[in-house]
Amino acid sequence: MYQYDSYDQAMVDTRVEEFRDQTRRRLEGKLSEDQFKPLRLMNGLYLQLHAYMLRVAIPYGTLDSRQMHALADIADKYDRGYGHFTTRQNIQYNWIKLEDAPDILADLAKVEMHAIQTSGNCIRNISSDHFAGAAADEVADPRPYAELLRQWSSFHPEFSYLPRKFKIAVIASDSDRAAMKLHDIGIQIVRNDAGELGAAFFVGGGMGRTPMIAPCIRDFVPLDQLVTYAEACLRVYNRHGRRDNKYKARIKILVHEMGAEEYARQVEEEFAHLLEQGIEPPLAELERIRPYFADPEFETGLPSELDRSDPEFALWADSNTHPHKTPGYVSAIISLKPVGGIPGDASARQMHLMAELAKQYSFDELRVMHTQNIVLPHVRIADLHALWSQLEAAGLGAPNLDTIEDIIACPGLDYCSLANARSIPIAQRISERFAAKGRTRELGELKLKISGCINACGHHHAGHIGILGVDKKGVENYQLLLGGSEAQDTSLAKITGPGFDEAGIVDAVETATEVYLSNRTEGERFLDTYRRIGMEPFKEALYG
Amino acid sequence: MADTPGTVLGTSPDEVQFRFRDDDVVDHGTVTVDSFVDQSNATAVRIEPGDDARELLPHLDRIALVEVNFPVFGDGRGYSAARILREAGYEGELRAVGEVLIDQLAYMRRCGFDAFAPDTPLDMADAEAAFARWGNVYQHAADGAEPIWQLRHG
Ligand code: SF4
Repeated sequence: MYQYDSYDQAMVDTRVEEFRDQTRRRLEGKLSEDQFKPLRLMNGLYLQLHAYMLRVAIPYGTLDSRQMHALADIADKYDRGYGHFTTRQNIQYNWIKLEDAPDILADLAKVEMHAIQTSGNCIRNISSDHFAGAAADEVADPRPYAELLRQWSSFHPEFSYLPRKFKIAVIASDSDRAAMKLHDIGIQIVRNDAGELGAAFFVGGGMGRTPMIAPCIRDFVPLDQLVTYAEACLRVYNRHGRRDNKYKARIKILVHEMGAEEYARQVEEEFAHLLEQGIEPPLAELERIRPYFADPEFETGLPSELDRSDPEFALWADSNTHPHKTPGYVSAIISLKPVGGIPGDASARQMHLMAELAKQYSFDELRVMHTQNIVLPHVRIADLHALWSQLEAAGLGAPNLDTIEDIIACPGLDYCSLANARSIPIAQRISERFAAKGRTRELGELKLKISGCINACGHHHAGHIGILGVDKKGVENYQLLLGGSEAQDTSLAKITGPGFDEAGIVDAVETATEVYLSNRTEGERFLDTYRRIGMEPFKEALYG
Repeated sequence: MADTPGTVLGTSPDEVQFRFRDDDVVDHGTVTVDSFVDQSNATAVRIEPGDDARELLPHLDRIALVEVNFPVFGDGRGYSAARILREAGYEGELRAVGEVLIDQLAYMRRCGFDAFAPDTPLDMADAEAAFARWGNVYQHAADGAEPIWQLRHG
């Protein structure tokens, strides 16, 4: 894991002082709310329906037990004993007092954490593959590159008042576990024919009201030009992105209206110019960062056999583990989706436990998944049963990864001031329905995602099944979408037809799964069947 | 008014609240980018957010003052304009005008601004604290500050 040196520490400490001063000036009335807003947003502080929400950055989703303990302590000390893990691998606290925010940031800084640029029209916290450094299929660990870009993007003087927010994801395998092409910039670390590492840049993806899949604008940027190329991408956007309409201000609109080719041409021009400016850190900086992400000391000669004598355990192990590059190990996934629970929520007690388990079983490392679950990346197969027993006892043993119970849901009308409809209760009703009927396992991989409004924080466009809350003459109404994917086969879901009320949407989801079950062929997932048979049979069953 | 060629715009020297230069303040008004490019004798120009700073590059040797207007502080195009001018070697005064506030001063300095004429004068103590706050920086920009990576690797 990356560790701050004295420079990094000084930067976050200075930020805490700066924000303390800004908060003071706000409370003294020297700053208007309009002037204060972007400042607090760039420190992760949103005003929600009932209170302030604080979003804490978990860079590329990686943290250690000390940090997880600190997050739990913050939940206890400043919130109501809970935290909420988000689709961008961060954590949010929903009941924060403005006066406390500087102290929370100071607590975070003590464990090398911060809330810098987790909101606002700036470059946001950078996300990555939750199996980085553990998966067998990557060409390199993507996190050193994400860390390099984290430093470059932090307090960037030119790009802190962009037309709109800006999200970057970095991956390093052909399997996309970070929805990379649905980001403002998606970077895939690749190896070229000469065997050198470099970066492919995909620019202009996103969800929201106009979902777009990012086109590749350059298939290979050498590693010693990475920052310069990113700077060029951002400068073209900062200068030419639309500022007349906030709904058209994301870079996806610029790339779309300008055309990917013309955007790429302008980036190349800016890039050529910036290469002359000497803004790129030397490769030595990457070499400095890389060892922090070196493999822990994996043991060799470990047994790879799973003791399946306990059927409940076997079920969990089959569902909630991912293959590891080292024999005898797996990555274990802790589901934060108990049936009927709030997706992504964890209590302080659970966070403390996850921290302890990480220390005991996973070389002191945890990851946050963008699907709002937690990964212990490096667990010995021989330890799995002991791990599972402790998870199970704490209500963290749901064997439902990638199933219809593993729902992504945004905060929706329970918290969010922009919402049209509630998301969380819909997620709860759906997981209860399928769990009660014992259908979950039979349905296999089925990614269901719910957003409480068109802003799509719940990624409904990218769900095999998506649900979008809309306002229909003052009543909450839900549209059903089918056929989205955020994986390497990225696709955008399509609306089935007229929306449903709260009870109706749960029935509609069930109807859609029945169409799947009666049409599927051997080995087909919901998404595969949908892609083969198309929308019509579903429409017929839903509206027929 | 901004469209009439030759109309004199801009801030006067006594509106400049902070200045990090030793030369004399340019005390005549600026003209729009369009009229500047048309006129051969103008030496001061004002950039609005939608203007292309690169249009000025062929004329840098005759410019003594560039004002960059921030009609609203949340429109960040002026930061790019400033850096583009500095990257091209412009050494004259670069003045931020308009809605210039305490909490944007440090980033403006980094992008190459060396004079500030805020619409509403700023609290001196708060402004001085803001200019002095960041001892280190992560990126190379237009202020000559050595980025942290440079300090790490020499
Ligand atoms: S999708 Fe809408 S309702 Fe949900 S969190 Fe985002 S803005 Fe709020």
